[in-house]
Amino acid sequence: MRIHIDPDLCQAHGVCESEAPEVFVVEKGSDVVTVRDPAPGPAQRSAVLAAVEYCPTRAIIIEDDDEGGT
Amino acid sequence: MMEHQTPTIPMVSGARPDGGHLEELRTDPIGLLERLRAECGDLGRFDLAGRDVTVLSGAGPNEFFFRAPEEVLDQAEAYPFMTPVFGEGVVFDASPERRREMLHNQALRDKFMRGHAATIAREVTEMVAGWGEEGEIDLLDWFAELTIYTSSSCLIGRKFRLELDRRFADLYHDLEQGTDALAFVDPYAPIPSFAKRDESRLALVALVQGIMDRRESAGVPAEDDRDLLDVLMSIRSDDGSLRFTADEVTGIFISMMFAGHHTTSTTASWMVIELLRHEVAMDAVVDELRGLFEDSDDVSYQALRAMPQMEAALKETLRMHPPLILLLRVAKEDLEVEGRRIAAGEMVGASPWISNRIAADFPHPDRFDPSRYLDGREEDRANPWTWIPFGAGRHRCVGAAFALMQLKAIFSVVLPAYELTLAQPPETYRADMSKMVIQLQQPVRVRYRRRGA
Repeated sequence: MRIHIDPDLCQAHGVCESEAPEVFVVEKGSDVVTVRDPAPGPAQRSAVLAAVEYCPTRAIIIEDDDEGGT
Repeated sequence: MMEHQTPTIPMVSGARPDGGHLEELRTDPIGLLERLRAECGDLGRFDLAGRDVTVLSGAGPNEFFFRAPEEVLDQAEAYPFMTPVFGEGVVFDASPERRREMLHNQALRDKFMRGHAATIAREVTEMVAGWGEEGEIDLLDWFAELTIYTSSSCLIGRKFRLELDRRFADLYHDLEQGTDALAFVDPYAPIPSFAKRDESRLALVALVQGIMDRRESAGVPAEDDRDLLDVLMSIRSDDGSLRFTADEVTGIFISMMFAGHHTTSTTASWMVIELLRHEVAMDAVVDELRGLFEDSDDVSYQALRAMPQMEAALKETLRMHPPLILLLRVAKEDLEVEGRRIAAGEMVGASPWISNRIAADFPHPDRFDPSRYLDGREEDRANPWTWIPFGAGRHRCVGAAFALMQLKAIFSVVLPAYELTLAQPPETYRADMSKMVIQLQQPVRVRYRRRGA
């Protein structure tokens, strides 16, 4: 899976960091979340999906690799 | 590209020779906005006392509006009615950088939410402690007072909140009432609501001055007993005098609390009214709460997270009763939207009221139906640019998550413990659209009775 952040939507609330700290981080003074790992492995999948689900601004976009999943 | 004149955006009917649509905006903004969309479609104009305002609606134009950077569509200039409320130099007068920084309020980040939930639960519990077995309240008065305590407690500190009482809430309400659209022409026009606004602001400054004087004579507080006011008071000039006057501190506090106050108290009031008008939705919310709190009535953040029925009812309340009905910007350059031209200097608006009721996106838009967010329908997510009670994009309400958490915390305390009933005929609960800050026409009375064990 590949992760993108829509910078027009992200407000750095940090919900994604709470859900998936190995993938997302709110750096001090930044107003957009930083993706530490734009292509995380399957072990991070459920945490990333929770981050997408709970992101208050719906700023996280995920694309699945060619596995036929959506 | 063809050399042709870009078609102009049509003007809605009903402009008067004196002031265009200003009077209608002051008295019946919904009528004006609905007619504008009916006559003009996704892009239409009205005349705000000689200044054109283009109102956008529909997903495409809204996306343009909400994605536009500050340099293209400026928010700061668009709300002249806020300057006398906040005071000079506060928030809407500040630079974009400064505003972004303030917008970035650390207190609203996710990691603080759990603590805020506990704070809010405590404030609600303290307020219902005085209720007794049964009685009657005015919803708007009650929620307006409660949200003064919750927002001051969460954003400034419990210590400051404990120095406030009903007087602060009443003065704050008068400030909110000072947002007549006449401010677009003259924010200091001699009308009663502006006079009252200025008197209440002065009275609030006097209250804060009193609190500051008491703290000054009490001496420096212990490190673990400091709230935001102590922090502001610890900033001194070289001669030892306070860096921020009571007037400035009051302005900072008013502006911090403003966006979350009337919006939350109005939404909470409408939520109660809609649930009392729709028994099935009320039962679903109360049953859900009972299930969640069976083992523990600790209103923690985790427990607040998953409440599908409550969340659906809140979303539907917000869709039908968005606390802001017209979001405004000023065009900083010539723009083209959907092939139409907007000139630099004109105002541009998006309307949560209009967009939230587009029938193609929200079938039967005038029906209160929380199930539109359940069972895979998720009409809010399916329509990110038209389901916009919190706006969208870069200026989306930064307090949205806090607000939803706060509403869930409030109802988690109140609804399982008390049975509420309408104390007026259902059709007498109406919005008060006479100010840019939309509230409810009072009275907004309901009865409560403690539920049996």
